[in-house]
Amino acid sequence: MLKAIVTVMLKKGIFDPQGRAVQNGLGSIGFNQVKKVRVGKQIEIDLDMTDRATAEASVHDMCDKMLANPVVESYSFEIKEV
Amino acid sequence: MNWGVLLFPGSNCAEDCFHAVDQILGKPVKYLWHKDTELGDVDAIIIPGGFSYGDHLRPGAIAHLSPAMIAVKEFAAAGGLVIGICNGFQILTEARMLPGSLLQNRGLKFLCQDQTLKVDNADTPFTSEYNSGDVVVFPIAHNEGNYYAAKHTIAEMEANGQILFRYCNPEGEVSDQTNPNGSLNNIAGIINRNRNVVGMMPHPERSSDSVLGLSDGKGVFVSMLKHLEAKHG
Repeated sequence: MLKAIVTVMLKKGIFDPQGRAVQNGLGSIGFNQVKKVRVGKQIEIDLDMTDRATAEASVHDMCDKMLANPVVESYSFEIKEV
Repeated sequence: MNWGVLLFPGSNCAEDCFHAVDQILGKPVKYLWHKDTELGDVDAIIIPGGFSYGDHLRPGAIAHLSPAMIAVKEFAAAGGLVIGICNGFQILTEARMLPGSLLQNRGLKFLCQDQTLKVDNADTPFTSEYNSGDVVVFPIAHNEGNYYAAKHTIAEMEANGQILFRYCNPEGEVSDQTNPNGSLNNIAGIINRNRNVVGMMPHPERSSDSVLGLSDGKGVFVSMLKHLEAKHG
């Protein structure tokens, strides 16, 4: 069986208020080395599939149709054997 | 003139929309269920606010894939009037029936307040009861109302008169200080190029009955009704 681990992030250049809040929070507890924080989502999908290439095509399709909104988000994923 | 209010699991403004049509306009209205594949004999559709599918993933991300939304797309493609309010707006952007997307409010807080809005374009089937430049008060109640679209999309929409409402102060000034959620160009409501699909974060249905203290929103529904009556005779 394969597992897809999808990461969805706001596109570069789009203000991420959640990331800014985390950044400020880290700064306020002394992590002054923090320059920038962006917060995204990780989605884990167990796939009843064995062929990696077919799985990749399916996950792309899932991202395009539902998991990410291309107007404001970008996605990447990796596929692992489990 | 038959109206339809589309219900998803988690919609919570549907009864207010129903009331606006049934009691304020005095027109026939029915609920449509998200699993319906046919909408029946309707002339206008309202997609109400709420938290369809718990807002999981992104607001509207799952709702826009419902069977009824395929029918709504066909209805709109044939020129039918569709208005999405709050979560309804989010669903329409996810469905790509309207450009852009609604991001989390820049202040990270759920906003629930009466909001002054400036009518930007009164020459549409949804705003003809107003005059361009009017300042109206509608409630807002949202966490993801921060309108975003690519620069060129915003420029096109501005040039085409697709912005219907902007967040302003009581004097009608539109600026960053009068922007509650970070929306680009203070955008609160938009229309598609074909002038038959509208999305707006503020709630006209909650400001349609003077008993509730606000009645500026009634104009949206009256505008739609007059458009339909003129079209159908």
